[in-house]
Amino acid sequence: MNAFLALTARDLRLALRQGGDWAAVAAFFALAVILFPLGVGPEAAVLTRISAGVLWVTALLAALLSLERLFQADWDDGSLEALALSPLSLELQVLAKCLAHWLLTGLALTILAPILALVLHFDFAGLTALIAAMLLGTPVLSLIGAVGAALTLGARRGGVLLSLLVLPLYIPVLIFGVAASEAAAQGFAARPHLLLLAAMLAAALALAPWAAASALRQALE
Amino acid sequence: MQRFANPARFMKLSGMLLPPLAVAAALLLGAGLYLALFVSPPDYQQGEAVRIIYVHVPSAWMASLVYALVAAASVVGLVWRHPLAHIAAEQAAPLGAGFTFICLVSGSLWGEPMWGTWWVWDARLTSVLVLFFLYLGFIALVHAFDDRTRGSRAAAILAIVGVVNLPIIKFSVDWWNTLHQPASVFRLGGPTIAASMLWPLLIMAVGFMVFFAALLLLRMRTALMDAKLRALRFGAT
Repeated sequence: MNAFLALTARDLRLALRQGGDWAAVAAFFALAVILFPLGVGPEAAVLTRISAGVLWVTALLAALLSLERLFQADWDDGSLEALALSPLSLELQVLAKCLAHWLLTGLALTILAPILALVLHFDFAGLTALIAAMLLGTPVLSLIGAVGAALTLGARRGGVLLSLLVLPLYIPVLIFGVAASEAAAQGFAARPHLLLLAAMLAAALALAPWAAASALRQALE
Repeated sequence: MQRFANPARFMKLSGMLLPPLAVAAALLLGAGLYLALFVSPPDYQQGEAVRIIYVHVPSAWMASLVYALVAAASVVGLVWRHPLAHIAAEQAAPLGAGFTFICLVSGSLWGEPMWGTWWVWDARLTSVLVLFFLYLGFIALVHAFDDRTRGSRAAAILAIVGVVNLPIIKFSVDWWNTLHQPASVFRLGGPTIAASMLWPLLIMAVGFMVFFAALLLLRMRTALMDAKLRALRFGAT
């Protein structure tokens, strides 16, 4: 447990020291959301209709931005090889890195979402469901993204390839995240969608570290 | 299976298998098309246009089957390091992507006159589209690294991760309200489709499978010859 927390703390400290990356993700989220009213027009009814979808899609894309560097820095300077030799299993190390990544990006996106929901005239009846769905969905994004990042370590054009690999796997999270937010906004039960998101989180927590760790071992061979 | 790990033995066996497979594919597809286009009855609602089913459904079955094969070959390659497993997966993937594409396009062409839309975002169509992108991602990942072995192994992991999509495709028409027809062949309680349409459908499906097998063997033989050429030209890689 100590090693796990130490690894998470290390990643957080490095990210906060090297500045900008997590702030860039939040800024991209805000900017991308702002583009929609400017592009689609300020009519409130239209914006309300698309608000949940826009929030989720831009959150997805913002989460994608920082994934490339999840393992890259450690791989470049050789600390990934040292970490692979540690007594803490590679799967748990991936989980620790995902936790750090989520704290820096997913949590930031979740906190920003209500503010940006205002900009998009999101019906605030659905706010609790939106926040709950993001709290459940953004960790899944980090976990699946970690698998993608591990697979594309050292690949040519890794960033674009990462998006191509990870976005199809993000689609279920997107579908149920939007469904939960919109259902609550329209007065229907968000619980089934939130339960499915929770199921995805449980599955991702169990399976994604294992897949990402095998991918990392491939990269280190 | 270890007996067939020797590429030379594989080349000999596949060389013997390929001509009869190709002939069988031609015969089955020919018979299937004849039955489908001339013998099978027109639908009481859809008329002659229902005959797209004899291309759409077999290619859909092949799309999922080939992905399952790619994932299984990936497991074999990663766990047992079988030399031909990764080659099989990599050569099957473009074929699977092709079948998925045919399925999507034929479905779209069928949908417009019959159901009034080229596309609908229901569970079945969305999950098959995701399957298509999984195939493309697999192919891209194989070629994304300078070290080809790394590419094969990374793509193998991706293929295994994507297997979660297959039950979603199969059961999507049961779990959600969809425009797409629910299961009429592979269901508990037996097929609900009429025998006069079921038999051409099954013959076309088997024809597609034999066609795929012949193409896969051909592609694997080509890949092995290509690898040998490269090794001869550049020394060991």
